[in-house]
Amino acid sequence: MQNASVWKRLAVMAVCLLGFFYASPNLFYGRVELHNDAAKAIEAAGFATPEQTAALAQWPDAMPNGLVNLGLDLRGGAHLLAEVQLEDVYAQRMDGHWPEVRDALRDLRDQVGAVRRQPSVPEVLRVAITNPEGMAAAVAAVNALATPVVSLTGVGQNDIEVTVEGNDIVVTLSDAEKTATDSRTLQQSLEIIRRRVDEVGTREPTIQRQGADRILIQVPGIGSAAELKALIGTTAKLTFNAVVSRTTDPAASPGPRNKLLASMDEEGVFYIVEETPVVSGEDLVDAQPAFDQNNRPAVNFRFDPSGGRRFGDYTAANIGKPFAIVLDDEVISAPVIQSHIAGGSGVITGSFSVEESTELAVLLRAGALPAKMTFLEERTIGPELGQDSIDAGQRAAVVGMIAVVAFMVASYGWFGVMANVALAINMVLLFACMSLIGATLTLPGIAGIVLTIGMSVDANVLIYERIREELREGKPPSRAIELGFDRAFSAIMDSNFTAILTAIIMFAIGSGAVRGFAVTLGLGIFTSMFTAVYVTRMIITTWMVWRRPATITV
Amino acid sequence: MAWRLRLVPEKTNIDFFRLQFITFGTSVVLTLVTFILVATLGLNFGVDFRGGTTIRTESTQAVDVAVYRDALGALGLGDVSITEVFDPGFREDQHVAMIRIGAQEGSESVTPEVIERIETALKVSDPAITFPSIESVGPKVSSELIWSALLAIAAGCAGIWIYVWLRFEWQFAVGTVVALMHDVIVTVGVFSLFQLKFDLTIVAALLTILGYSVNDTVVVFDRLRENLAKYKVMPLRDLMNLTANETLSRTIMTVMTTTIALLALMVLGGDVIRGFVFAMLFGVFIGTYSTLYVAKNIVLFLGLDRSDKPKGGKVTDHEFANIDA
Repeated sequence: MQNASVWKRLAVMAVCLLGFFYASPNLFYGRVELHNDAAKAIEAAGFATPEQTAALAQWPDAMPNGLVNLGLDLRGGAHLLAEVQLEDVYAQRMDGHWPEVRDALRDLRDQVGAVRRQPSVPEVLRVAITNPEGMAAAVAAVNALATPVVSLTGVGQNDIEVTVEGNDIVVTLSDAEKTATDSRTLQQSLEIIRRRVDEVGTREPTIQRQGADRILIQVPGIGSAAELKALIGTTAKLTFNAVVSRTTDPAASPGPRNKLLASMDEEGVFYIVEETPVVSGEDLVDAQPAFDQNNRPAVNFRFDPSGGRRFGDYTAANIGKPFAIVLDDEVISAPVIQSHIAGGSGVITGSFSVEESTELAVLLRAGALPAKMTFLEERTIGPELGQDSIDAGQRAAVVGMIAVVAFMVASYGWFGVMANVALAINMVLLFACMSLIGATLTLPGIAGIVLTIGMSVDANVLIYERIREELREGKPPSRAIELGFDRAFSAIMDSNFTAILTAIIMFAIGSGAVRGFAVTLGLGIFTSMFTAVYVTRMIITTWMVWRRPATITV
Repeated sequence: MAWRLRLVPEKTNIDFFRLQFITFGTSVVLTLVTFILVATLGLNFGVDFRGGTTIRTESTQAVDVAVYRDALGALGLGDVSITEVFDPGFREDQHVAMIRIGAQEGSESVTPEVIERIETALKVSDPAITFPSIESVGPKVSSELIWSALLAIAAGCAGIWIYVWLRFEWQFAVGTVVALMHDVIVTVGVFSLFQLKFDLTIVAALLTILGYSVNDTVVVFDRLRENLAKYKVMPLRDLMNLTANETLSRTIMTVMTTTIALLALMVLGGDVIRGFVFAMLFGVFIGTYSTLYVAKNIVLFLGLDRSDKPKGGKVTDHEFANIDA
C-alpha cells in the first residue's frame, strides 16, 4: 500500500496536537476561569491585588486560555427579551415641542389669533389657530423651530414635518428623525441596561439588540429574572450641582452640606459640590448631540417647565461660575455658565469630539430608560439545576462513549480500537474548536455531543463495511483497505454534507439553546469527517506498514 | 478468524419490496393518522409555542399534586397544569414537579407579581420548596417562534432537496424528501398521540432527524448510483434490493451506535432533555425504516432513465429534470 507522504502525515499529527493544546484548558475549567477573571480585572484596574496575582498564577500565560462557554441553562442565570416602546418617545418629543410652538405663535398673535392645542394621537402635535389668514406665517414660524437631523442617513432633513389641515397646524416627527430617534432610543436603552448590569459585576452578560425594537439580556449567575428586571428598572441618578471648588486631593474635607465627588474623565481630579442639586435628571426632558455657533460638537438639553425655571434663575445668578453635571455620584463635566439660560434649554460645550458629544447626550438621557419596556420572554434557571444538568450530561456522555467503544471493538476487533482512537481525538478536536471560537455549550449542545459520538463512528463503519466487501471479493489486505477508504469517501461526503446543511439552517433560524445544539452538531460533523478519513487512515496504514499482515480480519 | 459481533449475516438476500403494499401502505396510513391526531388531539405545546409560564419546583417533601392545585386554585390563574417529574438521577429526597400556567390575558409575559404570588402560595403548603427554573413566554413571541420553527423545517427540506437533486437525479431528491417528511410527520404524530410536551428543543430534534434520515438515505442512494453503473441490465427492483442488502450491515451498525449513545442520554441525561432525546431516538428508527421502505419505493415508482448517457452530449436525465422542475 502506498504510504501517505511525510508532509501529509505531519500535518494530520500537527492538527491533532494543536487540538490537544487548545482543548486542554477545559480540563482545568475552574482554574482557567479564575485566571481569566483575574487577568480581566487587572487589565481594567491597572494594578493587581495579591489575590488576583495568586489567581493569575493558577494557569500559565503561555497556555491557551479559551474555554467553552457554558450557556445559561448550564450555569444558571436569567434571560429576558424586552421590547422597547418606541412610540413613547415620539409622544414625549411632541409634548416637549408644544411650549416652543406656543411661544413662537404667541409672538405672531396679531397675524394668527389665539393658539390652542387640539387633542390628537400621542405622536402628533395638532395646534389650532383662530385666524386662518395668518396660516402661512404660522407655518413659517413653526418650521423655523425645526433643526437638522444629526445622523448619517438623514443629512439635509429636518426633525419635524409641518402640514396644514383646515385651521390646524399638524406637527409630526419626520421619517428621518423617527429613524434617528429609534436608533438613539435603543442605543440609550442598551447603554443604561449595560451600565446597570455591569454594576453587579457578573461574568459575561449578553446585552444585545435584536431586530428593530428588541433587546436580549442574558445574565449568568443572577438569582432570577424578576431580580434582573428590578435591576434594569432602577434609574441612574443625574443631578446638576453648584460647584464649590476643584481639588486634586481625594481626602479633602468638603465641609458641611457639601460633598466630594470624583471626575469621570479627568484622573485625580475631584470636585466639591453642594449636596442639594439645583435641578435633577427627572426634570430633564431631552438631550441631543448638536453643534454650537462655532460648529463645534456640543450637547443640547432641555428641562421641563419647573426645572427650566429653577435652572434659569440659578444661571442668571451665577454667570461665570462652574456647575457640575453629576451622574451616579461622578462628575461628568463641570462647564462654566456663560450666560443666563432661560427657557429651560441649554447647550453644554467643551472640547468634545462628535462621538463624545453623542455619548454625553446618551449619558444625560441615561438617567432613566427613555421608553417603557415590555418583557416578551423571561427565563430563570437556578445554578443547582444547571449543575445537575452538567452532571447528568457528563454521566450520559461517558456511559454512551464507553458503550459505543465496546460495541465497536466487539464488531470490528482491532480495527474497532483504531476507530475508537479516532473517536477520542474527534472529541478533543471538537472541544478545541469550541474553545477557539468561544462557542457556548448548552444542554441540547451536550445532547449534540453525545449524538456526535454515535454518528461519528458512522464514517468508520462505512469504510470498514466497504473493506469487508473488498476482502470478500478476494482483494489482498492493503488493496482492500485502500479501495475501502476511496470508495466509501463519496458516501461519507454526501451524507455529512447534508447533515452540515441542516446544522447551518438550525443555526441561522434557531435561537438560544437550538443554536448551541447546531454549533456542536455542525462542528462535530466536521471534526468527525477529519478523524474518520485522515486519522484512522493514518493509524491503519502505519500499522500495516509496521506489521505487514498477510491476512486481516475487519 | 477472530470473533466478531455480527448483527447482520455476511450475505443477506431480503426482498424489501415483497410486502411493499403493507410497508408502504403502513407509512401512508401513519402519515394520515398523524394529520387526524394533530387535528383532533392537537399537540401539547410548551410555553415556547403557546405562551405562558412553566415553573419547576423542587422539594425535600413528596409532591402532592392535589395540595399544589388547591394552593394555586385560589389565585384564579386560569389554565394550570401540575405534573410530578420522576428521574432515576434524582436523589432520595429530591421531589420535582412542573407547573404550567397559560398566558395571562392582556399581558405579554407573566408579571413578576403573579410569579411571586404563586411562590408564596406554594411556600405556605410546603416550606421546603424551591424554584430552580421559571420560564415565561409572551403570546407575541410564541407565535413568532412557531413560524420560525416551521420555516426552519421547510428550509431544511428545501436545502436537502436541492443538494440531492444536484448530486443525484431528481427522482432521488423526491424520494429523499418524501421519506424525510414522512419521518418528521410521524414523529410529530407520536408526540400528539402521547401528548408529550412539544417545544423549541423538539423542533431542533426534528431537524436532527432530517439530518440523520437524509444521511441514511443518501448512503443507500450513493451505493445505488454505483450499482446502476455496474449492472446495466439488472431490473431496477432487483438492483435496489441488492443495494439495500449490501448496505444493510452498515445501516444496522450505525443505528446501533447512535441508539446506544442516545439511550445513555435518555436514561442518564436528566428529565430536562428527555423529550428531546426521545424525539431523536424515535427519529433514528423511523429514519432507518423510511430509507428501506419509503425512499426507494418512491424512486422505483417514479422510474429511472437508465439509457447510457453520452458523455459531454445531451444528458437525458436532466431533460426530465427540466420539464418537471
